[in-house]
Amino acid sequence: MLKNMLKATAFATTMALAAGTFYTPAFAEVVYNRGTAAESESVDPHKTSTVYEANVLRDLFQGLVMQDEKANVIPGAAESWTVSDDGTVYTFKLRKDGQWSDGSPVTAEDFVFAFRRLEDPATAAEYASMLYPVKNAEEVNTKKGKPEDMGVKAIDATTLEVTLKAPTPYFLEMLTHQATYPVNKASMDKLGADWIKPGNLVSNGPYTLAEWVPNDHMKLVKNPKFWDAGSVKIDVVNYIPTEDRSSAMKRFEAGELDSYDDLPTEQLADLKAKFGDQIKVGPYLGTYYYAIKTDKKPWDNVELRNAISMAIDRDFIAEKVWQNSMLPGYSMVPPGIEGYTPAMAKYADMSQIDREDAAKKILEKLGYTPEHPLKMEIRYNTSENHKNTAVAIQEQLKPLGVDVTLLNTDTKTHYSFLEQRGDYDVARAAWIADYKDPETFLGISRKASGNNYSVYDSPQYEAAMDKAAAAGGKPEERMKELAAAERVLVDDVGQIPLLYYSYHDIVSPKLHGFVDNVMDVHPSRFISKD
Amino acid sequence: MLRYIFRRLLTAIPTLFVIVTLAFFLMRVAPGGPFNQERGLSPEIRANLEAQFGLADPLWLQYVHYLGNLLRGNFGPSYNMPDFTVTELFAKGLPISIQLGASALILALLLGSVLGTIAALNQNKLGDYTVIALATAGSTIPTFVIAPIIQLVFGLTWKLLPIGGWGDGALINKIGPVLTLALPQIAIVARLMRGSMIESLRSHHIRTARALGLSDWSVVVKHALRGAVLPIVSFTGPAAAALLTGSIIVETIFSIPGVGRYFVDAALNRDYTLVMGTVVVIAIFTIVFNLIVDVMYAVVDPRVRYD
Repeated sequence: MLKNMLKATAFATTMALAAGTFYTPAFAEVVYNRGTAAESESVDPHKTSTVYEANVLRDLFQGLVMQDEKANVIPGAAESWTVSDDGTVYTFKLRKDGQWSDGSPVTAEDFVFAFRRLEDPATAAEYASMLYPVKNAEEVNTKKGKPEDMGVKAIDATTLEVTLKAPTPYFLEMLTHQATYPVNKASMDKLGADWIKPGNLVSNGPYTLAEWVPNDHMKLVKNPKFWDAGSVKIDVVNYIPTEDRSSAMKRFEAGELDSYDDLPTEQLADLKAKFGDQIKVGPYLGTYYYAIKTDKKPWDNVELRNAISMAIDRDFIAEKVWQNSMLPGYSMVPPGIEGYTPAMAKYADMSQIDREDAAKKILEKLGYTPEHPLKMEIRYNTSENHKNTAVAIQEQLKPLGVDVTLLNTDTKTHYSFLEQRGDYDVARAAWIADYKDPETFLGISRKASGNNYSVYDSPQYEAAMDKAAAAGGKPEERMKELAAAERVLVDDVGQIPLLYYSYHDIVSPKLHGFVDNVMDVHPSRFISKD
Repeated sequence: MLRYIFRRLLTAIPTLFVIVTLAFFLMRVAPGGPFNQERGLSPEIRANLEAQFGLADPLWLQYVHYLGNLLRGNFGPSYNMPDFTVTELFAKGLPISIQLGASALILALLLGSVLGTIAALNQNKLGDYTVIALATAGSTIPTFVIAPIIQLVFGLTWKLLPIGGWGDGALINKIGPVLTLALPQIAIVARLMRGSMIESLRSHHIRTARALGLSDWSVVVKHALRGAVLPIVSFTGPAAAALLTGSIIVETIFSIPGVGRYFVDAALNRDYTLVMGTVVVIAIFTIVFNLIVDVMYAVVDPRVRYD
């Protein structure tokens, strides 16, 4: 009898324990299925270029500084830093408890190695320019200098000194870019090309890379060696590329994705009605513009360029073509950068009818009427919305005597043609901020820039930009000088800004810490899930 | 027969060589390169990239290098996904595309043949009309319409299937894509089968078989089917090559990590090595399946002999 009772008790206890283990939520892994519109190209910080891998790398690695949930600069691998009085020497104090995922300490030498690797021509880093403000970095990258001459030095294991060519107030912002993250030399030496593979990749961020099946998922698991692992709430982040936006919406609705970083904008109104607050749309630091070939007749005439720019109804394009997923734009630098007021086109406040009347007068003065139309070709890269934008502009300019033709090519052909400065009139282009500073938008219109597709060449603009650079140590003055430069650019119609980008995400109410910001940056480290 | 197969495989080598050569040079004629993008690169950085991938060499030298690597089974690195070689991408993606394609093909052949036979046996009756109507719908409704409908009905409304994803190869994740891939093929096979079965049933040897008093089952399955299946065999070759190497639409809509997407994505990205890899894979599949079809012809039809 007693034996049977004991047996029964033991059985009941075992069952209860088993059930308890099974149902105890405290042991359950928190998994965040993070939908992305495109696959990452690489997880090597020095070989990446798109925002898709920026999101992944922000979870895997930690640069000297990082961004918080609002995209503000916060300490990263460095817990503090000082800047010399002349603004050229940055001394970073690294965390003493900073570790790589293999348990080895993150040292100043790791950053010296990473910075030199980024600039090494053999690395062929697309974003080597992120460290060009560092003394001799550009020289190393362009084979004019030696890596040892770069302005980066390990004073001791936890002190890193970086010397810049000139004061660069946005340098800390630049350091939030993935290209400046450290990489682990020991694992590279040991594993060769395989150092990058899941399971091998040694990183210093809140997560490590566990799996990567291209076009299916990338699995990141919490890094117990991360200095702030205690505050990381999500155990597993699955990055799930879902190229087809409509499928992504269905996957979100079915609970397969907790968030997705794009939306089918043509369905935006319906999506807002259906998903309500889960749809997040807001200003994002990006400008959609038309480059206009300023060195070619008749586009070398500023009055003509101004008339064309003025006549384009941006409100219509933003509302009807882009379903309010873009905002009308009148400056090259979009709003949203603290301390900077963009220089808007002077006609921004005029009514559309008045603008068209003014544009018509200018065109008539220059001899262009519906009877003697101005020929203008718009080149754009393949996309339904780029096409619709160009068609809308074609229709808007027609009554003014502008005969617009359209030319569509695929992205590679389009940008190769622009880079070679081929024979075009007007071409679609865009610029998304690499870091939160007006310089990223204004630099592309400088004479020497490879992205100056308008071939804009203004000594006045160059002088204003140089003046802004010289005012590096005085942030307020610098911002004023940059605004003055933008004023020159906008008045000259060096480019035709059309729209400001907006981020568009869909986020489950189960997620917390996914905070709206102009950089659309959402580190998984600060996110939690119910 | 073995000699024939060996001979055919030998002649495939110059065919492959021509295909590779044409693809290599045609790809380079296309404007734009792998490193042209929205964010322009400085000439120095572009030069670094080109040097790293061997694109700075003269074209003929690049071609010679490529051929040399190809002979050693090395397809090179992907330009757009530098963490992977083309071989690694195919090693991951091809088995997935093959699983889906083979399942869809088998489903299409079985179901299509049965439906086609039913239609032929019920010529101009309700069963025939039903099959014809379904087959017409199946072959005219495009895949990009079928796939979202399957997602909506089976995934969102009835919650029977996942909307997308590979799920590490779980059976449930394969149902939607396989159905989408198979439906148009089922329609084609059914129509082909119906036509050839009707023709076969009218042939002299079937009439003789019936006159000899053989059962319906024996007449249809043993005698008519053998002749009727020939057009299906011809169709299977190219269909298998196309299905097994993936479908861009199905893989994109269902987020399946197969190789179908590489065919278009790689071309648009000017990922030369990946494009070449896909060309070689498709070419090999097409050659092999055409050979299999020819061999099967000889097996099915005693009049065909290759020796």
